[in-house]
Amino acid sequence: MIATTEKKKQKVIDAVIIRFVGDSGDGMQLTGTQFSDTSAMFGNDVATFPNYPAEIRAPQGSLYGVSGFQVHIGSVEINTPGDDVDLLVAMNPAGLKTNLHALKPGHTVIVDTDSFTKKNLEKALYESNPLEDGSLENYRVIEVAMTSLTKEALKDVEGLDNKTITRSKNMFALGMVYWMYGRSREYTTEFFNKKFKKKPEVIEANTKVLNAGFYFAETLELIPNAYTIAPAKMAPGTYRIIMGNQATAWGFLAAAEKSGLELFLGSYPITPASNILHELVKHKHFGVKTLQAEDEIAGISSAIGASFAGDLAITTTSGPGLALKAEALGLAMMIELPLVIVDVQRGGPSTGLPTKTEQSDLLQAMYGRNGESPIIVIAASTPSNCFEYAYEAAKLTIEHMTPVLLLTDGYIANGSAPWKIKSVASMPEIKNNIIKEAEEDWHPYNRDKDTLARNWAVPGVPGLEHRVGGLEKDRVSGNVSYVPENHEYMTKIRAEKVKRVQNYIPDVVPEFTEEGDLLVVGWGGTYGSLHSAVKELNEEGYNNIGFAHFNYINPLPKNTSEVFSKYKKIIVCELNSGQFVKVLKINCSEFNFLQFNKIQGLPFANNELVEKFKSLV
Amino acid sequence: MEAAVKEYTYKDFASDQEVRWCPGCDDYVILRSMQKALPEMGVKKEDVVFISGIGCSSRFPYYMDTYGMHSIHGRAPAIATGLKLTNPDLSVWVITGDGDSMAIGGNHFIHVLRRNIDLNIVLFNNEIYGLTKGQFSPTSLVGQKTKSSPYGNTQPPFSAGELALGAHARFFGRISGNTPKEMTQIFIDAEKFKGTSLIEVLQNCPIFNDGAYSKFNDKAVREDRMLFVEHDKPMIFGKERNKGLVLNGLKLEVVTIGENGVTETDILVHDAKEQDPTLHQMLVRMEYPMVTGIIRAFDDVTLEEREDALTAQVKSDSNFKKTDDLFFSGDIYNVF
Repeated sequence: MIATTEKKKQKVIDAVIIRFVGDSGDGMQLTGTQFSDTSAMFGNDVATFPNYPAEIRAPQGSLYGVSGFQVHIGSVEINTPGDDVDLLVAMNPAGLKTNLHALKPGHTVIVDTDSFTKKNLEKALYESNPLEDGSLENYRVIEVAMTSLTKEALKDVEGLDNKTITRSKNMFALGMVYWMYGRSREYTTEFFNKKFKKKPEVIEANTKVLNAGFYFAETLELIPNAYTIAPAKMAPGTYRIIMGNQATAWGFLAAAEKSGLELFLGSYPITPASNILHELVKHKHFGVKTLQAEDEIAGISSAIGASFAGDLAITTTSGPGLALKAEALGLAMMIELPLVIVDVQRGGPSTGLPTKTEQSDLLQAMYGRNGESPIIVIAASTPSNCFEYAYEAAKLTIEHMTPVLLLTDGYIANGSAPWKIKSVASMPEIKNNIIKEAEEDWHPYNRDKDTLARNWAVPGVPGLEHRVGGLEKDRVSGNVSYVPENHEYMTKIRAEKVKRVQNYIPDVVPEFTEEGDLLVVGWGGTYGSLHSAVKELNEEGYNNIGFAHFNYINPLPKNTSEVFSKYKKIIVCELNSGQFVKVLKINCSEFNFLQFNKIQGLPFANNELVEKFKSLV
Repeated sequence: MEAAVKEYTYKDFASDQEVRWCPGCDDYVILRSMQKALPEMGVKKEDVVFISGIGCSSRFPYYMDTYGMHSIHGRAPAIATGLKLTNPDLSVWVITGDGDSMAIGGNHFIHVLRRNIDLNIVLFNNEIYGLTKGQFSPTSLVGQKTKSSPYGNTQPPFSAGELALGAHARFFGRISGNTPKEMTQIFIDAEKFKGTSLIEVLQNCPIFNDGAYSKFNDKAVREDRMLFVEHDKPMIFGKERNKGLVLNGLKLEVVTIGENGVTETDILVHDAKEQDPTLHQMLVRMEYPMVTGIIRAFDDVTLEEREDALTAQVKSDSNFKKTDDLFFSGDIYNVF
C-alpha cells in the first residue's frame, strides 16, 4: 500500500509502456513477466514483447548480450506492446546504451549505478560515463545503487551465496516499479513461494529485496510521482495471460478434443516456433503424441503418416523449415489428407533474422510447391487469437481434406496478452470425414458434393484397403492415372475444393467506417499496430479512414472486392516488400493498391503509420 | 475379444493393378514372397500398411491389396513412424531401394533404426538407379560404369548392413533376390520381431546392372559362395556342408571341416540375439562367403513401448482430464 502522505502526489494515467533491460543473466524476462502478470490480475489490459539476443550466453556486459522485456499496460484497450517507452529500467551500461533511443524525451530512466564500472562502460563502448557527462540531461535519471542496496538488504539472511544475492537485484528494480504504479506485491511473493518451495532462503531473499525496492522508492525523493492506472473495461469473463505460441498449441488441443481425434505433432526445433513443441510435449495426459524428428522433412512426413492413420496431424516451423517441407506439403495436398502446417514467420531470406519478425513467407506459403498445388492459407493476428486460428486451421483441414497453412510471426508468437478463456464447449463443431465401415460403391476419391472433400479411410477398417500416392490418380478409384483429361480434371477439382472454402469462412468486416476516403488493409500479426493507428486517427476526427484486416488469405473472404469498392484509396501495409498486395492484385485486379512496407525485422511504429495515413486523406 | 484372424491366401493380397516391372526383375520375386508371407503372419489384412518412397521398388504398394502410400523420395521411414505411433496395432512395412534409403533418405534411414519403432523395412538393393535409367547409387562399386559414371564410379560404396548396424539396428537380415522360400520366411520373422526390422534384398536389375550378384548367387555357385546363417546353429556352408567360419584373432576365417584337424565343434555358432554387434558387423562385411539370413535380432525396448509407458505415467500423475481443466488452471482472473 502506498502511504497516505504520498497519496496527494498520485497521478492518474491511461497507460504506460515500461522496458526492463539488462544483461542476459539479469532476469529481465522474469521481471517483466511478473510486472505484466500482476497488472493483468489487477485488471489492466496488457501486451508484452520480449526481446532477447540470438546468442544464448553472450559475454557479460556486452552490447549484443542485452536482454529486454517491454510491457504496455492500460486502463484503456491495449493492442500492441507499444513503441517508445515511458520508463526504462537499465540494469547495466550496455542496456542503457542499446535502449535509450526508445525512451521518450523527458521521461524516466532508472539505472543501477553499481553496474556503471569502468569495465562495464568499456564493454558497452562508452567513452565516458553517461551518468556524469551530461548526455542524459533530456531525461529524468533515477540513480540507485541497486547491487549494494540488495546486498545490504540481505546481510542477515543465512545460507546465501554471493551469486544468489547479486542475482536478486532485479527484484529490487521490480519493487521500485511496483511502488511507482501502485501495484500489489502479493502475486510475486506467491510466485516465489511456489517456485522456490524447497529453498526457503531464496524465498526469503527475493521477498526481502522486493520489499526493499518498494520501500526505497516510497521514501526516495527522486521519484516525484506515483501513478494510478485503473483497471481496463474488458468484457466480463475469466482471463489469463497467454503467449502467442502457447495459444497456438492450445488451439490444437481444443480442436483435437472437439473433433474426437488425437493430436500428433511432428516437428524439428527452429526459432521462433520451438515453444509450440515445448508446450504440446507437456500434454501427454490428453493423448498428445509428439515426435521431435531428425529434420524438418521428417517432421512433416511423420505428420502425414499420422494423418493417414487418422490423427489430427500438425507440423510447426519457421521460414527455412517451410522451404524444406515444401515437397511433403505437396504430397499431403495431392493425397488430400488433413494436415496443418504452422509457420511462425521470422526475418528472411535464408537464415535471415531468426529472432526478429517479418511477414515475408506469404508467397512461399501460397505458391512454394511444385506443380499446381493450392492449399488453404490463414493467418492469426494477435497473441490470443492464435488460439482461434489454430482451432480454425484444424477445423478447415479436417472438414475440407486439404492441408492448411497457418501463418503467425515472431511478434505475436512471443508476445503475450490477456486471453478470455474459451471453454471447448463454446467452440464450433468439427465434423470429420472418416468412414467407419465399407459401404457399397465406396471409392477413396468419392467426394462430398458441397465441400468436394474426399472421404478419410483410415487403416484398420476391413474393406477400405486402398493406395494413395504422389502420382496423379484416377478421379474415382485413386489408382495411378496418366490419362490427360483426368489430370486436368483433378488439377481443377483440387483448386475448386480450396476455392469453395469461401462458402465456409466469415466476411471481412471493415472497422471504423464502412466507406470513406482511405481503407487501411493489413493481414496477420500487424493487426495491433494498424488498428491502434487508425483508431488514433479516428479519435482525432479522421472518420473517413477504415481498416480491413485479413485472417483468411487463400481463399480470400467472398466480400473482399465489395469492401474495397467503398473507399477512394486502399493502402496495403505489410512487413515485407509487398506480398499480400500481389495476392490482392491477382484476385481483385480492378483496384489500385497503394503500399506501405517495412523490412527491418521490426513491427510498425505508431507514428510512421499515422503520418502515412494522414498524408493520404 | 480380439476377432480371430481370417485364413488368407496370397491372392487376397494381390491388388487389381497390372504389375509393371521389367521382365525378369527380382522385384517380382519379392512381391510374390511378400504375398505368400502375409497369410502366415497372423495379421489382419486391414491392419497391413505399405509405405514406399520413390524408385522402381517403391511401386510395390500399388500391387498389394492392403492400405498403402507411395510417398516421396526417401521419406517413407518418417511417414511410417508417424503412422505407427498413431496406431501401434498396424503392421507397417517400408519399401525402399538403395538410392531411396541411403542417398536422398539417408537421414531418415539411420534415425528410424536408432529409434527402434516396431516396423519392417524391405530394402531392394540393386546397386543402381533403375527408375531414372541407370546412374550409380550409394551401393555401386568403385569403377562401375553407369550412365553417370561412363569412365567408372569414383565414389566408394556403403554397405547397407554396416550402415544399419552403425545406426543401432536391432534386426538385420539379408537375403538373395532369387531365393523366394528363404525370403518368405525372413519376412515372417521380421514381422514377428518387435522393433525395427531391416531386410536387405540383394535384388538383380536385369536392365541396368544385370548380374551384380551372380558371382555368388547364381544357382551353380550359390551353395559354395553364400552362407545362410540361422540362430544357434554353426555357420557352415558349401555343397559338401564342410566349410565354416572360425574366429582367428580379430578376423573371421573360412576353414574346411576335416582339414588341419578342424571339426564341426570348432565352427562358430551364430548368435543373432547377442547385444554386442561386433561379430554381426564382421558377418555383414564378408565377401566370401556372402552372409545371408537373420544376422542380427537383438530384443530391445521399442520406441512405442517407451512412449506408451511415459504417456501412462503422465496420465496417472495429471489432474487434467479435459482441456478445460488446463485452460482454467493456474494464474487466471475474473473480470466482472
